[in-house]
Amino acid sequence: MWQDVLTIFIASALINNFVFSRYLGLCIFFGVTKKMETAVGMSFTFTGVMLIGAALNWFIYKYVMMPLHIGFLKIVIFIGVIAAFVQAADTIMKKVTPALYYKLGIYLALITTNCIILAVPLLNAEEYADSLFKSMALALGSGLGFSLALIIMASIREKLELADVPRAFQGLPISFVLTGLIALAFLGFSGMITL
Amino acid sequence: MYEQLSSLLVQVLSQALHILGNKLVPLVGVGGSVETLETVPPSIVVSGLVVLAALGVVFGIALAIVASRFVVKVDPKVEQVRETLPGANCGACGFAGCMGYAEAVVGNPDVATNLCAPGKAAVAEKIAQITGKAAATVEPKIARVFCQGGKSRSQRKFLYTGVMDCTAAVLAAGGDKSCEFGCLGYGTCMRACPFDAITMSDDGLPVISREKCTACGKCVAACPKQVIELGLMSKAVVISCHSKDKGVDVKKKCQVGCIACGMCVRTCPVDAIRIDNNLARIDHAKCITCGLCVKKCPTNAIHDYLSPRLKASIDPAKCVGIDVCAKVCPVNAISGDLRAVHAVDQAKCIGCGMCEARCPKKAITMVAAPAVAGKPAAKEMAPV
Repeated sequence: MWQDVLTIFIASALINNFVFSRYLGLCIFFGVTKKMETAVGMSFTFTGVMLIGAALNWFIYKYVMMPLHIGFLKIVIFIGVIAAFVQAADTIMKKVTPALYYKLGIYLALITTNCIILAVPLLNAEEYADSLFKSMALALGSGLGFSLALIIMASIREKLELADVPRAFQGLPISFVLTGLIALAFLGFSGMITL
Repeated sequence: MYEQLSSLLVQVLSQALHILGNKLVPLVGVGGSVETLETVPPSIVVSGLVVLAALGVVFGIALAIVASRFVVKVDPKVEQVRETLPGANCGACGFAGCMGYAEAVVGNPDVATNLCAPGKAAVAEKIAQITGKAAATVEPKIARVFCQGGKSRSQRKFLYTGVMDCTAAVLAAGGDKSCEFGCLGYGTCMRACPFDAITMSDDGLPVISREKCTACGKCVAACPKQVIELGLMSKAVVISCHSKDKGVDVKKKCQVGCIACGMCVRTCPVDAIRIDNNLARIDHAKCITCGLCVKKCPTNAIHDYLSPRLKASIDPAKCVGIDVCAKVCPVNAISGDLRAVHAVDQAKCIGCGMCEARCPKKAITMVAAPAVAGKPAAKEMAPV
């Protein structure tokens, strides 16, 4: 079982990296990777929200939705749970740790509508509804995988500022090309573990 | 239209009655975990509705509790101050953006009201009104470029063909300019300016607009050669050179550099100039911007931003004698009794234009003077 947990963790972080192999969460991915500072801030906030959100959703799915056979409502309920949790976290952080809020709070609103945040509970519901550990492994792996993607991209884009990019490719187009190239590199992980 | 609506309503109602009548509804387009069922038992529909409603109520109450337990009181003054501020988030005040300054100036009694450089005096007064603090005056500042050695007047060490940006050029052996203190001229400051106040001249030097510059300091931070500094707008005579090289070396590299000959030091009537590390610097607290050193400098390294020098002239018809001009005049060239027409002593006037800028009645205009007489001639007699 622990081997499964480890496998899920590594697979979701590297082999099935949400950005580079599933092309999810690109909105935030391109939005916050202009600077390393924002990318790191987003990484921390994202991983934290991902873990807690996935755990909340797992409990609701397992103990409320499964017994009542209303699994088909999971998209509606999961997004509602995430929105409510993020909103509450936003309010609490503002009061309890203002310093942290001003550093990371601006990313919270963005995260609510991120597709990875919703995709992880949905995948958990499909595959790992039986085990909280496996669900958490997927959540942590996806969060760290997304952080890895953000940090790789931010470090390259900071260098890109000084590069002589043809005019038609400046800005977002060259970033998409870059993402494709990194995705090719991540393809190299695909044979590492077979699930 | 009305009939369609009513028939639709009847259909929906009959469907609902169907469910309530505990009859099985055929499955149409329902995804998820009920796909395996051929029909949807009404209990699932009802429990789905109940769960959604319950979650909605629980989240609503939870958020309401959180919002009331963890409420953060925002001082309405902060919002007022923030609306007063220009909103450029330039950071010239030393706080993190306009919001940061608004909070600090309202919350902390030691934070002065005049820190907003782009807002100038008008904003400082409004902030003082809102916060009830004593209004501190703002002396308008401007960014000054401490280099006049453009392409035509300075030497290059090598041909630089990299990215046309100073921060990139400086990575290549400190830049292509032979003078290591000079402006590289690739326009990093121009791109950093949030107010479009900087343009690059044909000679490859930044030109700062007196009207548009708000002294926010973005260009000062952006310049890799630290060739831009903030200075008081009224202190318009500036030694536009940063070279700490020896005079001989300066001569080789640039036609308009400071060679530390000391001519300006000897000329200055108020001893405001001193030479430090092969570079003359003006002590702006002493400087009266008379412009004498500008004429004496053998390499034209001193820049007079007032040039051509004009003379202040008061229109007697408009002057109401409120004495503002006499107070701002740095050389006491304006005299006159309160509520009487004031007069400018043309011999003393150095044409700095401060009275023109401050006169609320627009009674002062700057006009061309025939020649600078009186004081300069007298001072020329006594150098050394």
